[in-house]
Amino acid sequence: MFGLDKKDTTLLLVVAALTMLAPFLLNPFPTESGMAQFNAGYPDLMQKFVIFGIFAIGFNILFGLTGYLSFGHAAFLGVGSYAAVWIFKLFTYNVFPAILLSVIVAALFSLLIGFVSLRRSGIYFSILTLAFPQMSFALAYSVLSNPKFNLTNGETGLQVYADDPQRFHREGLPDLPHLFGLSMRSTHTMEIGAWSFDFNVGYYLCAIVMLVTFYLSVRIFRSPFGMMLRAVKSNQQRMNYTGLNTRPYTLAAFVISGMYAGLAGGLLAAMDPLAGAERMQWTASGEVVLMTILGGAGTLIGPILGAGFIKYFENIFSKINDNVLHQWFSFMPDGIEDFMVFIVHPFVGKGWHLTLGILFMLVVIFLPGGLVDGGQRIGRWLRSRGQKEDKTTGTTEPAE
Amino acid sequence: MDSFLLQILNGLDKGSAYALIALGLTLIFGTLGVVNFAHGALFMIGAFCAVTLQRILSLSYTVEDPTQKDFLGNPLKVQTPYVESWFGPNVGGAIIDWAVPLAILLAIPVMVLLGLAMERGLIKHFYKRPHADQILVTFGLAIVLQEIIKYYFGANPIQTPAPDALSGVANLGAVIGMDLVYPIWRIVYFCFAALIIFGVFAFLQFTTFGMVVRAGMADRETVGLLGINIDRRFAIMFGVAAAVAGLAGVMYGPINPPNYHMGMDFLVLSFVVVVVGGMGSLPGAVLAGFILGILESFASTTWATTTIPGINQIIIYLVAIIVLLTRPRGLMGRKGVMED
Amino acid sequence: MGILEVKDVSKRFGGLKALTDVNLSVAENTVHAIIGPNGAGKSTLLNCFVGKLIPDTGSVMFDGESVLGRAPYEINQMGISRVFQTPEIFGDLTVLENMMIPCFAKRDGSFELNALPNMMGQKDIVERAEEVLEDMNMADKRHDHSASMSRGDKRRLEIGMCLSQEPRLLLLDEPTAGMARADTNNTIDLLKEIRDRRNITIAIIEHDMHVVFSLAERITVLAQGTPLVEDTPDNIKGHPKVREAYLGESA
Repeated sequence: MFGLDKKDTTLLLVVAALTMLAPFLLNPFPTESGMAQFNAGYPDLMQKFVIFGIFAIGFNILFGLTGYLSFGHAAFLGVGSYAAVWIFKLFTYNVFPAILLSVIVAALFSLLIGFVSLRRSGIYFSILTLAFPQMSFALAYSVLSNPKFNLTNGETGLQVYADDPQRFHREGLPDLPHLFGLSMRSTHTMEIGAWSFDFNVGYYLCAIVMLVTFYLSVRIFRSPFGMMLRAVKSNQQRMNYTGLNTRPYTLAAFVISGMYAGLAGGLLAAMDPLAGAERMQWTASGEVVLMTILGGAGTLIGPILGAGFIKYFENIFSKINDNVLHQWFSFMPDGIEDFMVFIVHPFVGKGWHLTLGILFMLVVIFLPGGLVDGGQRIGRWLRSRGQKEDKTTGTTEPAE
Repeated sequence: MDSFLLQILNGLDKGSAYALIALGLTLIFGTLGVVNFAHGALFMIGAFCAVTLQRILSLSYTVEDPTQKDFLGNPLKVQTPYVESWFGPNVGGAIIDWAVPLAILLAIPVMVLLGLAMERGLIKHFYKRPHADQILVTFGLAIVLQEIIKYYFGANPIQTPAPDALSGVANLGAVIGMDLVYPIWRIVYFCFAALIIFGVFAFLQFTTFGMVVRAGMADRETVGLLGINIDRRFAIMFGVAAAVAGLAGVMYGPINPPNYHMGMDFLVLSFVVVVVGGMGSLPGAVLAGFILGILESFASTTWATTTIPGINQIIIYLVAIIVLLTRPRGLMGRKGVMED
Repeated sequence: MGILEVKDVSKRFGGLKALTDVNLSVAENTVHAIIGPNGAGKSTLLNCFVGKLIPDTGSVMFDGESVLGRAPYEINQMGISRVFQTPEIFGDLTVLENMMIPCFAKRDGSFELNALPNMMGQKDIVERAEEVLEDMNMADKRHDHSASMSRGDKRRLEIGMCLSQEPRLLLLDEPTAGMARADTNNTIDLLKEIRDRRNITIAIIEHDMHVVFSLAERITVLAQGTPLVEDTPDNIKGHPKVREAYLGESA
């Protein structure tokens, strides 16, 4: 189906089902229960899941296939957001042209940066891509926000003001980002017994965009181009002596992943019409690196899992405070309870980044294939156990 | 002329920090072939060695002073640092005052041990893995280290003042009949950096150990074949590099109060310095560190910032891009270092 | 006029003269071996043919066109394929995928953004790759992970990849170096077959005299960066200058 083989189609359908049913799946606890704070099915968070999913899918096309590790992709996300907000300010709150422009601007910007940084490979490339987002950050934060030429509005961030022209804005259209009149913020809440589920227009827009981008990435992975990119990672020397010019291949991959980042940036702005310089910092690029590696670089589903995993636990962990911990360990004797809380405390709440850092190191050291690899290993282990049992029954068969 | 010299002087202290971090990075690149993203974190931990020592020395007990009353009329509670009660107020006070320079004594063993532990415990297992994995694991380590510091010391910058005697300004130009007022501590920092750089080069140049390490940097396999245990020496070099970064951090506190993310801030710039200097070249790293520091200082003058607003923030990156496009191996880079 | 014409090529590395005034002509549809003691400049010369090195002086013409200053991929597209001393293949890819890549390079040129069609849907490429694999007796290995094959099989695959492009000149850099006896003999048989069945020119750099004398039709002996003699294998065998060059090295 859709030009995919059976396995990939199944994967696509599973991802589609998960994203479409996310409002149910992420809200498993009744609203009034004590566990309700661990529900993740509210619009803001769900939007982040899929937007960062898009960002990571795109990053994986570059890093997963070619092995070029870029620390600069946040810059493309940032310019995407700025481009979208400018459309909001000058023309209309309709997200369609805004997102379109953010992809185009990110493509041009990544073409420029890719052209320069892909002149070098390996760690030189990584360092160059490290320098670019820092430079973009500095540009956005101060250089391009002087009174004579204010493109980014510096520290405050770019946002829409009441006196902005918004040339095509009409009466009757929502005063917030919308898609041909359908406001991104409008949410339908469904109550079933003790449960409540939110269906948000913005989320479904992002989810559909993510499905399309995921589908495209599957096609790219299975295409001759995808194979060429894997060949670049495997042996550049052989590529060159086989009559293939590696530069345009890597540049194309770089620009495609830059466009994915720009798309994610445009969607972020469409959900919340604001763009700030901190989105471009290299530590923000580090986040997408973490997502991709944690999920499984070079696999199709890994980046989405990684993005979901990190954004989900970031949300959960930051909500766990000492009270919650005391509740959890309340079944233990007092002294041990306090001790456990003391031990766990640094890793939760504000300590989420510490946990993330440790988790990331563990994955890089012991599980270079990420969560997907881990899942496959467990799968194989279970199957080999199953086979062993089969064998024992197999040997007894003749006796019967 | 005066202001020209002043800009150069201004660039020297930042340039010194860049040079020291880049020197350590290059030592690790050159000897171990590893790209250490946690090197900035080592610089930061050095700075927090000074914070820690300052806090230890200021540990106090409370005594009630019956001769003085507070505003409620109760006897005034006076905090007396233990060191003052042990060594008397004069010597003890001086010890606390000199906490930052004294922290050097604490930082050397701490940083060397930390470096050795990092190399033996983690980096060693990544020599045969791809560069991307080395970058990733040290990046993860950098996050962990900085989050630990944040947990214990909080997110805000912590003041670590220089000793009173070294914290004023001096008129350097008086000798040559010019007006050059300059903070003393920055001069101290520059001299200190120069001393360390000199020490590292002398160590590599004049000791047998250093000779083996230099030979290993040039051709690791051959030196290994000669039956020399190059791995152990490289591990020690990692310790040395960590100490260099740490010392750069200890002394930097009075210039810029340490916070937990100062390492990441310096890391990116130091990488740029290393690339501009030429990967694998120690003199290149030092030279590029000072050049970029001074350039940055010139770009921060009012004249420069009014001509091109914000030029001071991006000058280093611009220079790096131009250098890499015109001289891909950097100012003093050797051929074929880490190119594949 | 040979298909590869080398005129007055010299190359220095600092103070070391690697090549001095090398003149060489490889005639079309022959197997031409370049032999010589260690450090004679064989590999340097080969690297000048493929764009890895640019000689200081002289010219290298392939089929009447200069190759100097061109990138390796451009030279390959002109019709020169190269086999490396240690087999260079795409270790992360399967054998079939390895074989498909040169077929794509042959069909689409040095770059083609073919990002949406399914790779296995490119029937002409898959058929061509399967055909060459069949030819190389590797069809049963098509889904194997190429990095885990034996050195002999990797060599066979690499040669197959070069042949799939139907090059006019095949360059072999010590194709049997570091191989076990059986693998060496297999490779010799393979190369003989190629020589006899196809219209192809082969230039081979080799250390192993057994390999050279079973394959070559012309032999150039290189010593200290300069050609000593060029002749047929039979005449080379007893040539006093050649003995001197080799004995001089061992003495």
